[in-house]
Amino acid sequence: MLIKLLKNQQYNHHKTFQKPFHSHTRNDADRGNIKAGTSKIKVIRKVLDVNDAIAQQNRELFAKKGVFVINVMSSPGSGKTATLEKTLSYLMPEIKCAVIVGDICTSNDADRLAVSGAPVVQVNTDAFGGDCHLAAHVIKTAVNNFELEDVDLLIVENLGNLVCPAEFDMGEDLRLVVLSVTEGEDKPVKYPLMFRVCDATLLNKIDLLPHLDYDRQAAVKYIRQVHSDMPIFEISAKTEAGFGPWIDWLKQKINLKLK
Amino acid sequence: MHEMGIAMEIVEITIASIPAGMQGHRVERVNLKIGKLSAVVPESLRFCFEIVAKDTPLCDAELNIEEVPVVVRCRDCNSQETINEPVFACRKCSSGSVEVISGQELDITSIEIADEDEADADKTIEKSTI
Repeated sequence: MLIKLLKNQQYNHHKTFQKPFHSHTRNDADRGNIKAGTSKIKVIRKVLDVNDAIAQQNRELFAKKGVFVINVMSSPGSGKTATLEKTLSYLMPEIKCAVIVGDICTSNDADRLAVSGAPVVQVNTDAFGGDCHLAAHVIKTAVNNFELEDVDLLIVENLGNLVCPAEFDMGEDLRLVVLSVTEGEDKPVKYPLMFRVCDATLLNKIDLLPHLDYDRQAAVKYIRQVHSDMPIFEISAKTEAGFGPWIDWLKQKINLKLK
Repeated sequence: MHEMGIAMEIVEITIASIPAGMQGHRVERVNLKIGKLSAVVPESLRFCFEIVAKDTPLCDAELNIEEVPVVVRCRDCNSQETINEPVFACRKCSSGSVEVISGQELDITSIEIADEDEADADKTIEKSTI
């Protein structure tokens, strides 16, 4: 009877509504934090520290080999691949590029990008459980397919997703988010982490503006609200409008690291 | 969306953190700090955790999640404040040049492990006083 009562007390004691959090440390210093029933063990580890450690290894490798790495993220259908196709045509052959493309299935994007002549590796994440993002270990494996000495710029086209990729460092130098004018102006405030961690926004498909009720100023205002000093390049991957400033800026960033 | 992967990492880190002398004991609780800016939904994480914790020492463990508010510090006037909306600007001087100093956490802070069988709890206490 007594045992049952004690058990009940223990059970109640661990209900989640009990705040603030308390431990069961006894006064006796010799016993440390051993408590009746359980022991509390300090851990203090970042849940993603394995990823972060591999990202750091990647970063060191890229520094050693003289490779500038960009991570391109966006929602599905924003025009990442089209933007990269055009970007490659501006950069190559002056800048030697290589591309890693992440998708759950198909090699469609890789096929399109390979036309540029740059070596392309397609990563299909269904082999990794259909992951919604590329993580550092995937990049570490994928770069084995390149002669990194012959690469100046490694472009990683992440999976179309504005949530998860923002959380995973891969060892890149620059993060870009592509936002298209068909997506709605308030995406930056709906996905603040993505716009917070990125270094520049490419506002794509501006050739469609005459046909849309898109409030460009509102979009820029929302981006600035989340990341006030982030460069915004208004471009059209179809007409190549706005590519001048975008390519100049990118080249400048690459040269800063490689020279 | 990637809560399953996060849950798997939590199980892995926790198992690796069980001290040598306590192998085989049940983990009763994992204490976590999750920033409000991180892309993790606590409810989804709990759901995924329940699935991946099956058949591990964490099968009955509770995830105790402390949500950490987003705090920014202004680079211009140095004032510090909690933000509840995605407006990353200083409320005092309106500068947008702010640094996020908390709110992106995704950390395990501690784990709580059962001292063997509950029936042996009294013996354990006796032992620990020796």
